[in-house]
Amino acid sequence: MPVNKKIRELQEKREKILLGGGEQAIEKQKAMGKRTARERIMALLDENSFNEYDLFVEHDARDFDMDKKSLPSDGVIIGSGTIYGAPVAIFAQDFTVAGGSLGLMHSRKITKIMDHALKMRMPLIGINDSGGARIQEGVNSLAGYGEIFFRNTISSGVIPQLSVILGPCAGGAVYSPALTDFVFVVDNISKMFITGPEVIKTVLGEEISMEDLGGARVHSEITGNAHFFALSEEECFDQIKKLITFIPWNNGQKARMFEPGEPKPEYNINKIVPEDPTLPYDVRDVIRAIVDNSDFFEIMELYAKNIVIGFGRMGGRTTGFVANQPLEMAGVLDVDSSDKAARFIRYCDAFNIPIITLVDLPGYLPGVDQEHAGVIRHGAKVLYAYSEATVPKLTVILRKAYGGGYIAMSSRHLRADFVFAWPSAEIAVMGPEGAANIIFRKEILSSPDPDGMRKQKVEEYKTKFANPYVAASRGYVDAVIEPSETRKFLMHSIEVSENKDVPMPHKKHGLPPF
Amino acid sequence: MDKNDKLGFLNIDTSLYQTRISNKFQNRKPYQPADPRIILSFIPGTVLEILIKPGQKVSKGEDLMILDAMKMQNKLKCNMDGKVKSIKVKKGDKVSKGTVLLELE
Repeated sequence: MPVNKKIRELQEKREKILLGGGEQAIEKQKAMGKRTARERIMALLDENSFNEYDLFVEHDARDFDMDKKSLPSDGVIIGSGTIYGAPVAIFAQDFTVAGGSLGLMHSRKITKIMDHALKMRMPLIGINDSGGARIQEGVNSLAGYGEIFFRNTISSGVIPQLSVILGPCAGGAVYSPALTDFVFVVDNISKMFITGPEVIKTVLGEEISMEDLGGARVHSEITGNAHFFALSEEECFDQIKKLITFIPWNNGQKARMFEPGEPKPEYNINKIVPEDPTLPYDVRDVIRAIVDNSDFFEIMELYAKNIVIGFGRMGGRTTGFVANQPLEMAGVLDVDSSDKAARFIRYCDAFNIPIITLVDLPGYLPGVDQEHAGVIRHGAKVLYAYSEATVPKLTVILRKAYGGGYIAMSSRHLRADFVFAWPSAEIAVMGPEGAANIIFRKEILSSPDPDGMRKQKVEEYKTKFANPYVAASRGYVDAVIEPSETRKFLMHSIEVSENKDVPMPHKKHGLPPF
Repeated sequence: MDKNDKLGFLNIDTSLYQTRISNKFQNRKPYQPADPRIILSFIPGTVLEILIKPGQKVSKGEDLMILDAMKMQNKLKCNMDGKVKSIKVKKGDKVSKGTVLLELE
């Protein structure tokens, strides 16, 4: 056969497979508002950067007439490419081929690219769009899932792993995304659950739509399973690309440096925080007044809004931010916000990203539901994550830092490297009202004017203790700074922390309270 | 901060903080101590068999109902000596976790 003919033969073979499940199935996919797996990869990666592998892989199942069925590429596309020049390994399940169902060869393609990503120390992106296990392949299909979960776990903390849910992801399949670092969902397209509406109806008689059970909003607002919520696939891809610019390619590196830029003047750091510690403000404005170009990339924006997490850059270096949000639930720590913050702190620590913590919280949320939901165990995660983290830890106490909340929020005592406080900081064992009521209980009760006496004692307490200077006099705070000096102090601190090295006692692994 | 923000107050250590109140906090159920006379479904499932009648005397450890749940037949046992006051479900009913099944007295 002449060479040209052989090349033509390859081209023809490719063309056939590139159609996936065929035109009808593609039309169906589009009717659901979804792109095809291949279109998704092309939209996400740099132009012409995608190298595909295992195009010709086919299943060899025999039972249930499967031997008569050809499934192009076995319903999943794998390969590698770049995003803004960063190398990434990627797989995308093809719903047009047997509903993207996972059989043995399908799973082997996924684990092949996962092994590749780990070996080459590059980020892995998985696009999930699958009806679940390929029932005809029985236990082989379960084996496939298990092999994926194992690799997710082993790769965790070594390479960034991103999961993109662009269709159904149900049953056991949900545990791969759940084991990865960041989960992206799109409104009306993503569906994740362990047991679907059908089963719930049969077993419990409860009727619920897929969207209300495990749609994108549910996972972004209620369960906390998803980290990024988008209204369209396009917006979702923009989020992924942006995230990739903030994170390093593996745990042996630091994130890429970018050209530094000053914060925008409209974020006037002197005017954001009200003096009265009971009044709210949006702490994200403080972050925007500090970071390069006022560009703050928030993570889990809709979940446990009383704590804010996300990335920004300080002098071109990626930095993780953790901040109490007085605008939401007074910025208290509770079960959900502790969980959210702790996981993010560990992410930053695993990937060499310095952490800046902005503190303004009245303490923990009181309530039977919180206590019974395990706020002790969940709250402990924050202490654990901060104490264990060896990346540079910088803390700025903006206003309130009361009680256990003060300790938990990256205090000196958990080995913060630098602790700064604004003059408005109130570092105390509790708020002035509560403290005065306890310390001066006798004086207040025995006074002919208890209310007047209470007010007087609250004022006394405020003057004496509700300030940063008591903590500063003990060296728990390194410097009391003007708000306008914050960026300068933080940038310098990050610079001098560049080669931070903290020896830790040898252990196999710790036992974080999860 | 949006001017149209709906702000409420949250009491932490007797200080009132002006802030947004989350749906989760607003919708939380006030705590009620468990009443041993009210028997709740401990698992979601289907009522397969009712083994007692209203007015019947029952003793601790006696089987009251069989719930078909999670592919198992689960016996619901009596937690005190007493009398069946009323039965709140029928054979074949699907019940969710926490549904009142019967009352003792």
